[in-house]
Formats: sequence, structure tokens, C-alpha cells
Amino acid sequence: MLKQYFDRFSWVDFFLRVFQLAAVVVIIVGIFNSIGAAKYTSGQWVTLVFAGLAQGSIYALIALGYTLVYGILLMINFAHGDVYMAGAFTAVFLANSMAASGFLATHPVWAVLLLILLAASVSMVLNVVVERVAYRPLRGAPRLVPLITAIGASFTIEYTFRGLYGAEFQSYPIIPALDGQYWNVAGFAIPYTQIVVLVAAILLMAALFFFIERTKIGKAMRAVSEDKEVARLMGIDVDKTIMITFAIGGALAGAAGVFNGIFRPQGVFFFMGFIPGIKAFTAAVLGGIGNIPGAMVGGLFLGVFEAIGPNLILEGLGIPAVNQLRDAFAFTILVLILIFRPQGIFGERLSETKA
Amino acid sequence: MAMLEINDIHTYYGNIHALKGISLTVEEGEIVTLIGANGAGKTTTLRTISGLLTPREGSISYLGNDITGVPAHDLVYQRMAMVPEGRGVFAKLTVQENLEMGAYSRNDKEGIARDFERVFELFPRLKERRKQVAGTLSGGEQQMLATGRAMMTSPRLLMLDEPSMGLAPVLVDAVFDAIVEINKEGTTILLVEQNALMALSIANRGYVLQTGQIVLHDDAAALKQNEMVQKAYLGMD
Repeated sequence: MLKQYFDRFSWVDFFLRVFQLAAVVVIIVGIFNSIGAAKYTSGQWVTLVFAGLAQGSIYALIALGYTLVYGILLMINFAHGDVYMAGAFTAVFLANSMAASGFLATHPVWAVLLLILLAASVSMVLNVVVERVAYRPLRGAPRLVPLITAIGASFTIEYTFRGLYGAEFQSYPIIPALDGQYWNVAGFAIPYTQIVVLVAAILLMAALFFFIERTKIGKAMRAVSEDKEVARLMGIDVDKTIMITFAIGGALAGAAGVFNGIFRPQGVFFFMGFIPGIKAFTAAVLGGIGNIPGAMVGGLFLGVFEAIGPNLILEGLGIPAVNQLRDAFAFTILVLILIFRPQGIFGERLSETKA
Repeated sequence: MAMLEINDIHTYYGNIHALKGISLTVEEGEIVTLIGANGAGKTTTLRTISGLLTPREGSISYLGNDITGVPAHDLVYQRMAMVPEGRGVFAKLTVQENLEMGAYSRNDKEGIARDFERVFELFPRLKERRKQVAGTLSGGEQQMLATGRAMMTSPRLLMLDEPSMGLAPVLVDAVFDAIVEINKEGTTILLVEQNALMALSIANRGYVLQTGQIVLHDDAAALKQNEMVQKAYLGMD
């Protein structure tokens, strides 16, 4: 048996094993040195973890849009990051006018709910339009084709916003009720903004989970993702179900846009969807693309990982200015997953035959 | 007037001329079977009737309406159901959820509850396995589930594509008994089968397909005695 194993063992496997081992050694040495150096207090670590969770919940909401669409159409909607941008960008104007009129200060809860409603509606409609215009006519075409129109849709959305509002950065107003407020627990101070974002995102995800598992439309979505033809024989209108899937994914992305504005007010501009879009895609792959709980866990995991990772691993290796390496760190994770566990944390082997 | 009337349909897969002018009728309350070799066009005929394929020529009328080109998901609302070849159960959904999907087109809660009972009466195994994910069922159980799921649409016409495929003989008997039972309760059946002997023994009438055309049509009993059928499909010399 051992001989058989060695017969099949190729140089590629050997290289991958060495690579895997090296990655593990780098991580262990980095963590060991960082902790040994004791540069950060436990309070600072907890702060980083919470910031990561809040950021990760935003990734998770966007990742759900990728994963829902992949589950049903086996395609990556690369315009999804821009759908997120469209919601965030539209709501920034309402947010600023509400801040100017004082409504944001007097009725913060209503104001935020209105912002979420607006952003979610805009992103929802946009995502449905993208599906109708760029993907539906190509159903049945080779899978590379809708991928290209997705990239086209992505540029169209970006440059429409650039044309309409210019390339300047906009920013969300600070919400007075949350500004400078900390939740003090067990000696740690966690900003209210992060808690609000995390809790709201988790509520949305719970609602989605309930919707998919329990409602008639949710079950129909699962049926369509398994077998479109048989779903039609049940009387399910497949095109309509796909439309609903895009609508839900869009709405979640729009809401994520507002959460991002609460958590990190600056940096609203036409290209803001690109990096979060790709990171959310990473999160979806990390959890196992097509898998709904996978996208949720993958998003939170990626957020925390990129928040503490640079300080925890890279700093111990003597790399300077680690916080600027956050994006490189996140995408290294994507590469490592694609090499060592392409099906993701929750992905099944089965999905490989599907893909 | 016949419940289902198909008039000279031609169906293509791309450039392949799969059905070359099929005409057949099914009367309310009957069991009609289509028999023929692999590739004769039996499955294509069912897929064309159920709206999954659109014929390039010819017309189909069902319950007095022209349904040529009506999409499959709309025909379910006109109470036409099909159990596809290879069963097509939703493997990741539970037995219960699969049956619920069968009732997707309906809103009558009491009727749905009654049909659930009826399906569980017909296939007690499904009741035991309600909470189980359908992918874990055996082939026979999956066929029961697919048939039960089609019953949940409350069809007036039920089409079955190769229900005996891959099943042990005992299970084939069980499935055919269920088909007869469903027919007795008032559902019209159009059955496609490779197992011609089984099919002819429960059917009223039969059509024999060969390379996309109907070559023979008669009462089931007469077809059983037909020399050509005996030779080609019943394995007798």
C-alpha cells in the first residue's frame, strides 16, 4: 500500500506538501514571536477581533449574494461588488441630508432604518436589472460568456456612478448617538458602531436562513438550485425564482453598504465596491461557494483573520508596516484555499462534479 | 373529446429530428403506454407534451385547450404532471419538503393535507422517512417519492417516464400496483416503459414507437399478441 502511495506521488504533490509545511511553519513562528514580543495588550487584541467581526459581517452579507447566485446558476456575479457600491453611494446623499436637517440626531434608529431601506431597494432593483439584461439572455450559453458580461456590467455600474457624481470621495455623517460610545465589558471597550453593525448583520442573516429553510419560496429556491427542469415540473417558475434570488442578494449587499458607512464613514466612491467585492468572493470560496452558512462563517472568519492576522503573524516575522498588508494577507488566504481546499470549509466534494 | 390530443408533432434537438410526426390521443380515465427501443423518442414525446420541449411543428391539446408551446411550469396549474426519467428527486431536500414542492402550485390547505395522507397511504415507507434527506433513499423509495410528489400536484393526467428503471422486481411490482391504484382513483396515466410486458399488462391501449414515429397502435391485449411486438419488445420468438 505504501508503495502504491509513492508510485502515485508526483513532484507537484511534493512541492505542495513542502509549501503547506512552509506556510504552517511561517504561521507558527510568526505567532510565537508576536506573542513573545508582547507588544499588544489583551484589550487591544479584543478590539481588533471585534473590528474584524464587524468588517467580517459586512463581507458575509456581500458573500451571501455571490453564494446564492452561484448556488442557483453556477456563475459568479462579478458585478455584485458594484451593486453594493450603488446602495452605499445612493444612501450617502440621504444620510447627509438627514444629518443636515437634524433628523439623524433626533431619530437615529428611524434614520438608519430608512437608509437601509433605501440602499437595499436600490441594490435590489439594480441586481435584478443586471440579471435581466446581462445574464438571462445568455442562459444556456457556455459558462464563460455570462462571466464576461458580468465584468461588463461591473464597469457599466462603476462608470455610471462616476459620470453622475464624479470621482470624489463622499462620506457618511457620524451618527451622534453612536459617536464615541463604548460598551465596556470585562475591562474591554468595544465601539457601539461595531456592535450595531454586527448585531444587525447577524439578524439579517438569521432572517435569510429562516427564509431559505422554511418558506415556500425559499424551498423553491433550493429546488431550483438542485434541478431546474424538475423544478419546472413542480410548477415553479424558474426565471422568477432566479430573479428573487438576485433581489435578495442585492438587498443584502445594499444593507451591507449602509453598515459599512456606519462602521467606517469615509471612502464612498464609485470604485469602493471592488475590494470588498473580491474579499466577499474570497469569503464565499472560503466557506464553500454555493453554501449559505459557509458564506456567513467565511465572511466573519475572513474579517477577523485580516484584522488580527497581520499583527499576529506578520509582525512577529519582522515585517514592517504590517497593517498595510491587510489586503495582501486576505488574498493570500484566497490563494491558499484554492490550492489546498478548493471546496472550502463547508463545501462538499459533490459540488466539484456540479461545477 | 379526448383529454390529450397530439397532432403530428415534430421535435428537434438542435438539428436532430427526434420526433417525426407523432400523433396520439389519451382518453380520460385510461392507462396508455408508449413502448419502444432506446432512442425511439418515448422520453422526447413526454418532454414535449409536458412543455419542457417545444415542437417545431404540430399541435397538442389538453382538456380542450391548445397547449402547444405553453411552458412546463404553467401546465402544472392545468393539472398535468410528469415523473421524469431517473426520478429527479431533490436530493438535498427532505422527503417532506420534496412532497411540499409537489404542492407548490396549490393553495388549498385542506386538499394538500388530504393528498399528503393519500401519498403516505399509498407509500407507507415515505411516511417513515419524512424527515430524511431524499438523497439517502434507496432507488425504489426515490421512485415512490417522485411518484408521490407528482401526485401532490393533484394531476388529472400523470405521465411516468420509465418508473421501473433500475428497480428490483419486487419493487417494480409495488410501483406498478401503485400506478394502477392511482388510475383507479381517477387519474389518467400515460406511461413510458422499456419493460413492455409489465406496461401492456396494466394498460388499456399502447403505442409502439420506432425512430421517432408511431409504427403500431392497438389495445394492450392485442399488442401483447402481436407477432412483431412479441419479437422486438417482449423477447419471444
